[in-house]
Amino acid sequence: MALQSLDVVQRSASTSAPPGIRQTLEVAKLIDVSRCIGCKACQAACMEWNDLRDDVGTNVGVYDNPPDLSDRSWTVMRFYEEELPGRGLQWLIVKDGCMHCQDPGCLRACPAPGALIQLANGIVDFQEEHCIGCGYCQTACPFDVPRFSPKDQKAYKCTLCSDRIAVGLAPACIKTCPTQALTFGSKQAMKELAEERIRELKERGFAAASLYDPAGVEGTHVMYVLPHGDPALYRLPRDPEVSPVVELWRSNFARSLGVVTMAGVVLAGLFHYMKVGPLEADEGKDSKGGRAP
Amino acid sequence: MTPLPQQRSPGDPGLVQRYTQRERLTHWAVAACYVALFLSGLALFHPFFYWLSALFGGGALMRVIHPYLGAAFAIAFFVYALPLRGENRLVPSDRAWLRGAFRYMNRTGEDVPVEGKFNAGQKAMFWSMIAVIAALLLTGLLMWRPLIAPLLAAPVKRTAGLIHAAMAFVMFVGIGIHAYAAFWTKGSLRAMTRGTVTRAWARFHHPGWYARVAGKEGP
Repeated sequence: MALQSLDVVQRSASTSAPPGIRQTLEVAKLIDVSRCIGCKACQAACMEWNDLRDDVGTNVGVYDNPPDLSDRSWTVMRFYEEELPGRGLQWLIVKDGCMHCQDPGCLRACPAPGALIQLANGIVDFQEEHCIGCGYCQTACPFDVPRFSPKDQKAYKCTLCSDRIAVGLAPACIKTCPTQALTFGSKQAMKELAEERIRELKERGFAAASLYDPAGVEGTHVMYVLPHGDPALYRLPRDPEVSPVVELWRSNFARSLGVVTMAGVVLAGLFHYMKVGPLEADEGKDSKGGRAP
Repeated sequence: MTPLPQQRSPGDPGLVQRYTQRERLTHWAVAACYVALFLSGLALFHPFFYWLSALFGGGALMRVIHPYLGAAFAIAFFVYALPLRGENRLVPSDRAWLRGAFRYMNRTGEDVPVEGKFNAGQKAMFWSMIAVIAALLLTGLLMWRPLIAPLLAAPVKRTAGLIHAAMAFVMFVGIGIHAYAAFWTKGSLRAMTRGTVTRAWARFHHPGWYARVAGKEGP
């Protein structure tokens, strides 16, 4: 049972499906923005558990540090100042990172077999040893999450601590959060907890409070409780989806149709030759060209 | 060493020059790049063909090589093709040739005489390849990691990826027809390998061009 959470359900650029007879519990991380105090303990825990040390950066004038996700910063606290009608200045703190989409655009786009996998519990995990560094995952991601290492040109992002979850531990960020802004459990349990939190928020006057579990990507395994409701305030896409352009570009049907058509062109040549034969200039004739016999 | 009697040297009076040395060398440079680009592109395009990446030292190295090959391909192609644009200018009789293209392919009915160095089918191929390769070059540059792609927004790269794949498909179909036509039309391949064709070939396939070439040679 120890490896149960590592059952793979989807594997990038593969022509056969991975074994999938088991039904595994879907997991989720719930980020309650209303409880976050912006202490960045989750960032520190992420660095520590995953043994990552980003370059020392510079102050960009806001609390965001580092200023963006990177190959060695898989989660970043973002601080937004918003003037809201009736509430005045609000400081919105959003823990950014991979959303672990149920329908991951990155995985659909990836051309390297097994460089991206989706686990039965919902985690989308990069297998860097198979990554070829093409950048398609970054291009396809509706949340702009994957980052490339300048050192090895491979894509990195949050693993949802798949290595910890596999042995029954909660992700490092969850474990360290001092305010229970971060909680981890089954997706169902996290949705129920979110409902409870939203009910409390509504009682406290946050009438628009809502759960962010976008349906456009068939739900995510990282969800937010947003006290002010509108995802755009938190710089989250209102209705994220795998872009129709990516869907067509990396569509298995369209690509297979293309390959079959290309094979058809080769076959058409073969059959044309068998039917019509070669086109030969009449070497015997001297003046006006006649048709080959 | 004197050439064997059955070998026809470039000076042979039965032969006419069709492609210069520059044209032949650039043509085959383009062809060699194309084959490598097609195989590596196919590996990235469809998982069925990912094994082709082994020909390029594995996926990661193939991803590095493909855009450099593409740049070399585009340069070689335009060096090859741009000087041929005059000979590929469309003329009114090309319309009649295209109308008779199906008859021409199936060898039924009379052929429409070809006025220039290239028939209308070859001209269509020429101009479509100019457009397709320009599109592949532009979209390929936009997708080039890590040189250019990191500077661009995702929607630009998504569109570039789609156009790149679609144009590569069109190119395969075009090149497939081109290569088959060279195989089908006996005596054509030597024009691009040795530079010359027989007079009978020239008269049969390109009477207008042959008349001009023969006219220059004098009586």
